[in-house]
Amino acid sequence: MSRKRDNYETSRWKKFRSWVDGETDPLEHGMEAHVAVPRKEGMFDSPDHEKAVREELARLYGDSDKTAILRARGIRYFQRFYKIMSVVLCLGIILVLLWTVASLPVTGVASNPDNNEVAARYIERGLQETGAVNIVTGMILDYRAFDTFGESCVLFIGSCCVLVLLRLDGNSKNENIRKMIAESNDRHFEPKNDIILQKCACVLVPIIMIFGIYIVLNGHLSPGGGFSGGAVLGSGLILYLNAFGYEKMGKMFTEKLYRRTTLCALTFYCLAKSYSFFTGANHLESGIPLGTPGAILSSGLILPLNICVGLVVACTMYAFYTLFRKGGM
Amino acid sequence: MKLFESVLLLSLIVCAMSVAFTKDLLTSIIIFMSYSLIMCIIWMILQSPDLAITEAAVGAGVTSILFFLTLKKIRAIRKEDGSEQEEG
Amino acid sequence: MDMSLIQHLVLNIEETVSIILFGVGFTILLLHRNLIKKIMGMNIMDTATYLFLASKGYITGRAVPIVVDGIQDVEAYINPVPSGLVLTGIVVSVSTTALMLALTIRLYERYHSLDLDEILILAKEEEQT
Repeated sequence: MSRKRDNYETSRWKKFRSWVDGETDPLEHGMEAHVAVPRKEGMFDSPDHEKAVREELARLYGDSDKTAILRARGIRYFQRFYKIMSVVLCLGIILVLLWTVASLPVTGVASNPDNNEVAARYIERGLQETGAVNIVTGMILDYRAFDTFGESCVLFIGSCCVLVLLRLDGNSKNENIRKMIAESNDRHFEPKNDIILQKCACVLVPIIMIFGIYIVLNGHLSPGGGFSGGAVLGSGLILYLNAFGYEKMGKMFTEKLYRRTTLCALTFYCLAKSYSFFTGANHLESGIPLGTPGAILSSGLILPLNICVGLVVACTMYAFYTLFRKGGM
Repeated sequence: MKLFESVLLLSLIVCAMSVAFTKDLLTSIIIFMSYSLIMCIIWMILQSPDLAITEAAVGAGVTSILFFLTLKKIRAIRKEDGSEQEEG
Repeated sequence: MDMSLIQHLVLNIEETVSIILFGVGFTILLLHRNLIKKIMGMNIMDTATYLFLASKGYITGRAVPIVVDGIQDVEAYINPVPSGLVLTGIVVSVSTTALMLALTIRLYERYHSLDLDEILILAKEEEQT
C-alpha cells in the first residue's frame, strides 16, 4: 500500500489526473511536433536551403545549431519511416481482415449465425406489434425508436457545431466589412437569375417536394421513411434557393422557422418516446390504435415520428447548405 | 446477376483507387459521387431499398454538394487573398 | 488449403471487396496530406463498413423485408437488423462529414493551406510567438 503511494507522483494515474485538470498539455513533446516539417523533405537540393531550414528549426524549437541538424535529419528519417510504416500497417490490416473473411461463413446462406431469433421475431411479430408493413421502419421507429431519437439529436448537434464554426458573427467590430466580404463571397455562388435554371426549377421543385413528402408519409408502407424523405426535401429546398436566391427563399423559410420546426419535432419525438422510461422499458403500446396494416393512417406513432425525423433531416440539410455558402440563413 | 454484381463491386474498387490517385480535387469529388451511386445500385441488389434511397439522396446528393461548396469557399478565400496582396 | 482460402474469398465477394475498400480508405487517410482527400478516405471507410454489414444480412433468394400478402414467414425475407443499423449510420456519416468540412474551411481561413503538415508548422510557429 505504502509502496503504491510512493509511486503515485510518477504514475500514469497522476498524469491522467493532471491532464484532466488541464495542468499539462498531452501534445507537448508529442509526435505532431516531429511531423511538422516533413514538406521540406526532398527540398534540400541546395546547401543554402538546408541551412535556412535548420535555422527555422532552431528558431522553432529554441535549441542550438548542432541539435537542429540532428533534428532535421531525424525528421527526414521519420518522414520516410512514417510512409513505410503506414503502407505496412495498411497492408497488414487488409491481410488480417481478408484472412478473417476467408474463415467467415459464406454470404447469403440462411443458417448464418447472424440470422438469429431477433430477426425472426421482428419478421414474425413485427406487423402485429408495430402495425408497419415495412419491417425495417417498424424496427427503427418502434422497437429501437429511442436509438433513432439519439441519432436525430446527433444531426441537430452536427448542424449546431457547423453553425458555431461557420456563422458570421453579427456583433463583431468590423461588422460591415464582414458582411461585405460575405456578400461578395456569395456572389460567386449566385447564378444571377439564370432563366434556364429558373424554368427547370419551376418544373422540378414541386415534383421533388411531392416525392419527398410521399417518401416520408409512406415510410411504414414502402421503402423510405424520415431519413431518405427528409434528405430529398432538403435537396428540393437547396434547388429552389439556387434558382431564385435568398430574397424569395426568405419569404418561405427563415431561420426562425428552422429553429421552431427543429425544436418542435425533437420535443415531440422526445415526449412521445421517453414516456416508456416511466412505464417500463419494454412497453410498446402508444394508446393509438394500430389500424389496418397497409392503410396510410395506421401503425400508431410511427407516422408522426417519421414526419418529425423527416422535418429534422430536411432542416439540417438545408442549414448545412446555407451555412457553408453564406454563413447564416 | 452475380456477374453484374461482381462488375459493380470491381468498379467500386476502381473508383476508390482513382479517388486516391487523382490530383485534381474537383475530379476526385465527382468520382466519389459516382462511387456513391454504384453503392446505391449494390444495395438494391442486396435487397435493401431503404438503404438505396437514403444513399442516393444523402451520399450522392448532399455529401457531394457539401464538398463542392467547400471547394468553392476555399477558392473564394484564395481569390480574396490574391486581391488583397495586389492592393498592398 | 490455399485453394479453399481463395474459394472462400470469392464466395464472400462482398465482404472481400468491403475489406479492400476499407484498406484503400485507410491508406488515403494515412498517406494523403490534403485534408479534403483525408475526409474522402474517411467516407470510403464508412461505406465499406456499411457494405460489410449489409452483406451479412443478405440471404440469397429472399425478398425485401416488406410484408406482402400477409406472409410473415422467416423463410420469405432477408434479415432486417443490418438494414436498420446501416440506415442510421449513413445519415450520421453525413453530419460528421459536414462538421469536418466546416473545420477544414476554418483552418483554411486561418492558415491559408489545406496541407496538414503545413498547418501544423504554422500552428507551432504561432504557439512559439
